[in-house]
Amino acid sequence: MTEIIRFLIGFFLIVGSFLTLVTAFGLIRLPDVYTRNHAASKSATLGVMCILLATFLFFFLEEGHFNSRLILGIIFIFITAPVAGHLISRAAYNSGVPLWEKSVRDDLKGKQKYEKKNM
Amino acid sequence: MAFQILLNFFLAFLWMFLQVSFTSTSFIIGYILGLIITFAFRRFFNSRFYLWRVFAVISLLLLFLKELILSNISVLKTILKPRLDIKPGIFELPTELKTDWEITLLANLITLTPGTLVVDISYDNKILYIHTLDIPDVDEAVNDIKNTFEKAIMEVSR
Repeated sequence: MTEIIRFLIGFFLIVGSFLTLVTAFGLIRLPDVYTRNHAASKSATLGVMCILLATFLFFFLEEGHFNSRLILGIIFIFITAPVAGHLISRAAYNSGVPLWEKSVRDDLKGKQKYEKKNM
Repeated sequence: MAFQILLNFFLAFLWMFLQVSFTSTSFIIGYILGLIITFAFRRFFNSRFYLWRVFAVISLLLLFLKELILSNISVLKTILKPRLDIKPGIFELPTELKTDWEITLLANLITLTPGTLVVDISYDNKILYIHTLDIPDVDEAVNDIKNTFEKAIMEVSR
């Protein structure tokens, strides 16, 4: 039983740090703000959540110490990370950061026209 | 819904007072008995029996987790592929959801879906502007996923 638990803890730790590493790669490789935001708002969320879960499992099952703050941390990251991604990309678009030149479509250009028509 | 939960708590406390035992076990027993009573009298309430809604919330949470894992795998594939052959773009998605919290929930779900990220929402809350990593193959598949999300959220709010 303890071996399974240790395996799980190690698994979560490795997956979490791997995802965080991939996020860093994505930030270097991807071409513009919006695509970078994809990497940052998804992989980093799950990576940090996995690391926190592994920490929680380690202290709970190996030391017998139930730390509820780690669970709260997981929940808060889960709720706030997508909102942060949305706000950053929205601020970027509204301050005129262009899309990557190979982008195919941009429907957001028509937003002002749409609003003028429907207000 | 809040009224049903409050009534359920009231019945549990009634059970504790009838038993003259103020422990958590008697509270739980009273809560379960109250649950049976609220279920039996469900046709006198305006909204649905509240346990169904609790189940809907739990299934929505599981959907959230599933989408998070799937989207991570797809982002992983995109980043680690040797050639960068993505076609990003912004498309618009009309939504039928009305209240603010439903739209917030939908936007969060979409942001955690594979390859999509909400950039903006029109002022009349009818159109979501979504940035996607890959326009050609995602466009229609994503719309299918949206239908399941909107259904799951409506299941909670209805």
